Amino acid sequence: MNASPRPLLEVRGLTAGFDAGPVLFGIDLEVAHAELIALVGANGAGKSTLLGALSGLIRATSGTITLAGEDVTRARPESLVRKGIAHVPQGRRLFGTMSVEKNLLLGAYLRRDREVRDDMKRVLGHFPALADKLSRDAGTLSGGEQQMVAIGRGLMARPKLLMIDELSLGLAPNVVDHLIEVVQQINREGTALILVEQDVLVALDAASRAYVLENGRVVLSGAAAEVKEDPGVRKAYLGL
Amino acid sequence: MTKRFGGVAAVDSVSFEVAGGEIIGIIGPNGAGKTTLLNCISGVYRLDGGDIRWEGGSIAGMAPYRIARLGIGRTFQIVRPFGSMTVRENAAIGALFGSEAARSGPKEAFKQADGVLELVGLAAKASLPVSALTIPDRKRLEVARAVATRPHVLLLDEVMAGLNNVEIDQALDMVRAVHATGVTVLLIEHVMRVIIGVCRRAIVLESGRVLAQGEPEVVLRDERVIQAYLGERYAKRLRHERDQEGPY
Repeated sequence: MNASPRPLLEVRGLTAGFDAGPVLFGIDLEVAHAELIALVGANGAGKSTLLGALSGLIRATSGTITLAGEDVTRARPESLVRKGIAHVPQGRRLFGTMSVEKNLLLGAYLRRDREVRDDMKRVLGHFPALADKLSRDAGTLSGGEQQMVAIGRGLMARPKLLMIDELSLGLAPNVVDHLIEVVQQINREGTALILVEQDVLVALDAASRAYVLENGRVVLSGAAAEVKEDPGVRKAYLGL
Repeated sequence: MTKRFGGVAAVDSVSFEVAGGEIIGIIGPNGAGKTTLLNCISGVYRLDGGDIRWEGGSIAGMAPYRIARLGIGRTFQIVRPFGSMTVRENAAIGALFGSEAARSGPKEAFKQADGVLELVGLAAKASLPVSALTIPDRKRLEVARAVATRPHVLLLDEVMAGLNNVEIDQALDMVRAVHATGVTVLLIEHVMRVIIGVCRRAIVLESGRVLAQGEPEVVLRDERVIQAYLGERYAKRLRHERDQEGPY
């Protein structure tokens, strides 16, 4: 790693959690520019908490988060969005009674540049199924379409790093396959991605590198293809 | 038993038995219905179907305090100790308002509390205000309050959550110590090491139904359980590998 440029995101010794106690214990993780990372682990392993910490929703109690060389450990969520981290939360969290278009534009809420409309076109290029549904209430769309809007809303912030929590949740396998293809295309166009998944292979097959969390710690990491073959994955979920 | 919320059956025709002296683990992915199950047993929720029998008699529909007095104690995921009281006073509350055997006046209650704090490893901190306790100690106090009610069965809802590995080992010792006093234990846990460490039997819930039950070592290798935890694709691949190994 010595000769390579600094990664986009560097997490060192991150400890974070809630009033009821810490959830993450000394997490080390990095994401290179335009890299696609899988983050997997059982319920309660700390995946969503880690995303929450990376997007400033949950405060780190120790450790550092560095984005493109800048210490952002104490940065506020809106500032992190400006700096290039977008979070697609678990369960989509769309505004169901607002139109698809408004939901998408909310992703660009902090932007004042003239390229928002271009990015809207880009999003619709990725998700053509949304093009004739822009005026529909987001809540009336199918689960797969809602996930498209959620990812699209994240893209509207023009992020350097897009974090997607449980892309496959509640979706049919063919819909998941399609969304993963689009996500990989988004990644090829230069956006780094963290894919958090319950369905392990969905994430491992899509990613180049992977981290496995267990009880708030990274217990396994490396090339996704190698992690996939490692019996440690199953152990992280089921203990044996 | 069945418990519905709107159209969703959070617990869907679940049946099982608990024998005196067992330690049983309840596991399953998020939203499987584990805490709802505990809430049904302890009377927080009223059943929509089925029955819960305690020593042969139905306790379905009984108020939570009456169920507690029968000897079914429980802890809560989100602990709510009385913040202005000491550790000892908090434990004594359990003794004062718990099962019939425990309810014998303040003096006895404090004596009972001291014994329980000894058991869970909080004796040295008995006179501290609750606010001075660390997270693992607050979990201990939550268990202490439930144990002080002198339950025959103790229902533990994720008492290991948020603990590090050393603290989990200590908490495991605490559960073993409580069990050794003759208390039957039913515990919900995400940390599989805990289930494997103390349970002879595990019940796996998924979408409100019993997916599998049996010895943890067997249940955790069950293909349906692997699928519930790691996803369909992973289970499929595993099945494929096993088929290849097949007859050789």
